[in-house]
Amino acid sequence: MTSAAGLAAQFAELILAVLLAPMLTGWVNQCRAWLQNRSGPGVLQPYRMLLKLFRKEVVLAHNASPLFRIAPYVIFACLALSAAIVPTLSTDLPLNAAADAIALVGLLALARMFISLAGMDVGTAFGSLGARREMMVGFLAEPALLMVLFTASLISHSTSLATIVGTLAKNEFVIYPSLAFAGVAFTMVSLAENARIPVDNPATHLELTMIHEAMVLEYSGRHLAMIEWAASLKLFVYSCMGLALFVPFGIAEGGDSAGILLALPVLAAKLAVGGALLALIETLSAKMRIFRAPEFLGIAFLVAVLAMLVRVLLES
Amino acid sequence: MGEMTFLLASPLVGAVVLALFGHRRYAAEVNVAFSALTLVAAAVLTEKVIEDGPAILLWEQFFVDSLNVFLVALTAFVAMTTSLFSRPYMRIEHAHGKVTDAGLRLYHSMYQMFSFTMLVVLTTNNLGIMWVALEAATLTTVLLIALYRTHASLEAAWKYFILCGVGIAQALFGTILVYFTSEKILGPGVGALLWTHLDAVKGQLEPTVMSLAFVFLMVGYGTKVGLVPLHNWLPDAHAEGPTPISAVLSGLLLNVALYALIRFKVITDGALLAASDGGIPFASRLMMGFGLLSVVVAACFLSRQKDIKRMFAYSSIEHMGLITFAFGMGGPVASFAGLLHMTLHSLTKSAIFFAVGHAAQKAGTQMMDEIRGLMQINPTVGWGLMLGTAAILGMPPFGVFASEFLILTTAIAQQPWAAPILLFALGVSFAAIFGKVQPMVFGETTAKRLPHPPALVPVFTHLSLVLMLGLYTPPYLADWYRQAARLIG
Amino acid sequence: MLHFLSLHAAELINLCASLILLIAFAMLAQRKILALINLFAAQGLMLCVSTVLVAFVSGQAHLYWSALLTLVLKVLLLPWILHRLIRKLNVKWDVETLFNVSTTMIVGIVLVILAFNLVQPVSQLAGAVTKSTLGIALASVLLAFLMMITRSKAVPQVVGFLAMENGLVLAATGATHGMPMVIEFGIALDVLVGVLILGVFFFQIRERFDSLDTRHLEKLKET
Repeated sequence: MTSAAGLAAQFAELILAVLLAPMLTGWVNQCRAWLQNRSGPGVLQPYRMLLKLFRKEVVLAHNASPLFRIAPYVIFACLALSAAIVPTLSTDLPLNAAADAIALVGLLALARMFISLAGMDVGTAFGSLGARREMMVGFLAEPALLMVLFTASLISHSTSLATIVGTLAKNEFVIYPSLAFAGVAFTMVSLAENARIPVDNPATHLELTMIHEAMVLEYSGRHLAMIEWAASLKLFVYSCMGLALFVPFGIAEGGDSAGILLALPVLAAKLAVGGALLALIETLSAKMRIFRAPEFLGIAFLVAVLAMLVRVLLES
Repeated sequence: MGEMTFLLASPLVGAVVLALFGHRRYAAEVNVAFSALTLVAAAVLTEKVIEDGPAILLWEQFFVDSLNVFLVALTAFVAMTTSLFSRPYMRIEHAHGKVTDAGLRLYHSMYQMFSFTMLVVLTTNNLGIMWVALEAATLTTVLLIALYRTHASLEAAWKYFILCGVGIAQALFGTILVYFTSEKILGPGVGALLWTHLDAVKGQLEPTVMSLAFVFLMVGYGTKVGLVPLHNWLPDAHAEGPTPISAVLSGLLLNVALYALIRFKVITDGALLAASDGGIPFASRLMMGFGLLSVVVAACFLSRQKDIKRMFAYSSIEHMGLITFAFGMGGPVASFAGLLHMTLHSLTKSAIFFAVGHAAQKAGTQMMDEIRGLMQINPTVGWGLMLGTAAILGMPPFGVFASEFLILTTAIAQQPWAAPILLFALGVSFAAIFGKVQPMVFGETTAKRLPHPPALVPVFTHLSLVLMLGLYTPPYLADWYRQAARLIG
Repeated sequence: MLHFLSLHAAELINLCASLILLIAFAMLAQRKILALINLFAAQGLMLCVSTVLVAFVSGQAHLYWSALLTLVLKVLLLPWILHRLIRKLNVKWDVETLFNVSTTMIVGIVLVILAFNLVQPVSQLAGAVTKSTLGIALASVLLAFLMMITRSKAVPQVVGFLAMENGLVLAATGATHGMPMVIEFGIALDVLVGVLILGVFFFQIRERFDSLDTRHLEKLKET
């Protein structure tokens, strides 16, 4: 559907995603604060931070190359595009057909490559350390993510996310055991990819363990704002992808505005529950040593392989 | 029916009574008494089966035919003689402080419990109960092997429990598979697990399921039989437990596990008969393979042993392999020889363990290098060990010669490729065992003569039986074996 | 609710079976003894739920008793005994060093494929409801076996032994709608007695070796 209405719907969805993504981050942080018996800064805190950062002056290292300055915008663009591709509200928006699951993983990998390059650009020790760790995590997480997506595409015989979600949503209440495995693997991958607690801790700057924060130490001002915003978007993309794959109910099938309007509160509710669960996982688990991360992701990969096996051997 | 109840009730009551009073002075006598009662019941039951033929008893849950009643008689007999042997043996162990009062109570109670579980395995008609009872037999013997609580005995018992537990779990999976196919024909419920019912419809059982089930059963019960490569627990368990237990483990438990396997083989053969192309049946092939491997590997390990009980444990693996091979070959002659060898091995091996127990107790060690000149210390023990060894190695005129000869000639006729391997293994084991036992019996020693003669009635009873079977098999016995062999097919 | 159950029972049973398999994998990778016991209890619970579902679908009343037996024994009694044991033995917070979890997991996956292929001809004969549980059951048995091999501490080995039993019960309920009740009771009794004996054993082993590490128990071997 490439009509004007479709385009408008797509555009609205994109804007909504970009605008609401920081709120999800704020919600997760707020839930965490509640779970830890703190009062918390409120769900709007990420917006305040972004606003503050945009107002601040950019301080650049002397030897920063142009890539260092372009990277935040490229990363933001990549993630915004992913947010448009993932079927959040409807399975029938123009950009849904733009890329299938594999291309989506590639798009996320592009963002990762840019942030790693930018981390190494200035040449500080922390930057390259973080970049190395990020590449290691990505190297292990991507195959697992692909396996999860393959399992889902085996069910719907298509690698297009929209078709996958459409099939899953249509077969209401059909229970796929393979998706239980895939769900576990996906959760583990998302935790690692979004620098959440067992793998990374976004709230600290501890050189022994930090991954994401180490790469962006040199950024300031609006550049840092773009990167933080992109990080929020990444969490949003992964959350929506997980919700679409494993709880696909309530996503509109057509592109009409009524359906989309109906899907909006459903999505918000699902995100709220998902975010709370994420906070719960983070509160319950302890940060693992960085050397354990490969094992963690290895297990995620194997669980994903198992999901595929169960699919092939059991459900065919 | 009465004998059956009595046969099972006697050891069970014995276990309860001895659990309470097993440490008293007269406990060993009570143990003997209960074993004797069991033997009487077994004898009456055997008499009945010989006269009236097979019988299904107690709501179809129990079943006796020539095959299992012969093993019941053997089990009750060896359990009885072993209890006779254990009376002085355990008294000395107790006097030496190796066993506490509580340990003695446990020993006597578990001895009866062990007899009970074995008799249940042998007489039950229900294949599920057979599994439960065999697992229970494992549990009772675990406690018996760990009786001394030394490092080595704890380790042996742990290994025994873990390996047999894992093994027997596979057997349960096999049993479940058998039930899976049988309930489709016989309908769900206990009926589908009764051996007699299964035997009646074995031609209709699904061949693929049955062959898969038999693989699991072979691995599971094969672990208990001690077939290579599942034999690891066996030498340790034999070497580290009290000697009477080594005797019943070798002489009885291995037989009982093999019996379970044979019952399943009969059904599996029946199920696969329709599907087979006239070649060697699947179950037979599996049993011959495992049997032959056990014979060869055990023979090779024999010469490396230093501990006397360990060495005879390997000899048990070898003989169980030989028997499994014989049953695998099948046919009236091979099955006859297998049954005969089962009997003779039980009698001979338990006799050897009795003699070894005395020898080791006197020498204070089980290391063969340190046991020397038994003939000087005590001629009875020396002759007992020597004759027992001669018998187990298949020297004529002992019965083992006859059964091994039968197995070998059948192998030459039916499976010519296996005959040289068997001959080689038997030769190797002969050289190994004889070379080690000879200096122990006839070597020089500085040790004093023993003040008191040991009670070796059980040893010579067993050996004279073995000798008798070698020279002359009473016609009713031969007839009985033939009937049992026909059942195995 | 009942309508939903009868419509999707087969899928729910499959889901339970898959979760049992997933827990079996989790046990393979779990280092903490305490968490291992909790996982075992969770596996028992899944087993119980699947038994109830099979009972509901097949209308076999005795399976409800079997489920109750599983609940009492596997979910409540055995974990309770194990909890008590590790508290008394003072190994509650023990963490094992495992050899290369990833390799173990890969071996585990190979075992799963093997199990599925082994029972392939058999599963085709099974009813539609429980077609796939037999493969999962065998896979869980093999995984528990693998866990026993890779562990060096005594308590995890016993948990592996019990998990193996879980797999067998799954096979029995899945493939055959449950063994006759007499036998299930017999098996349960054996398992219970086995655990009690092992409990006594733990104390004896620790008394002798000052440790529950079964690597001390490797002295007896062929030289």
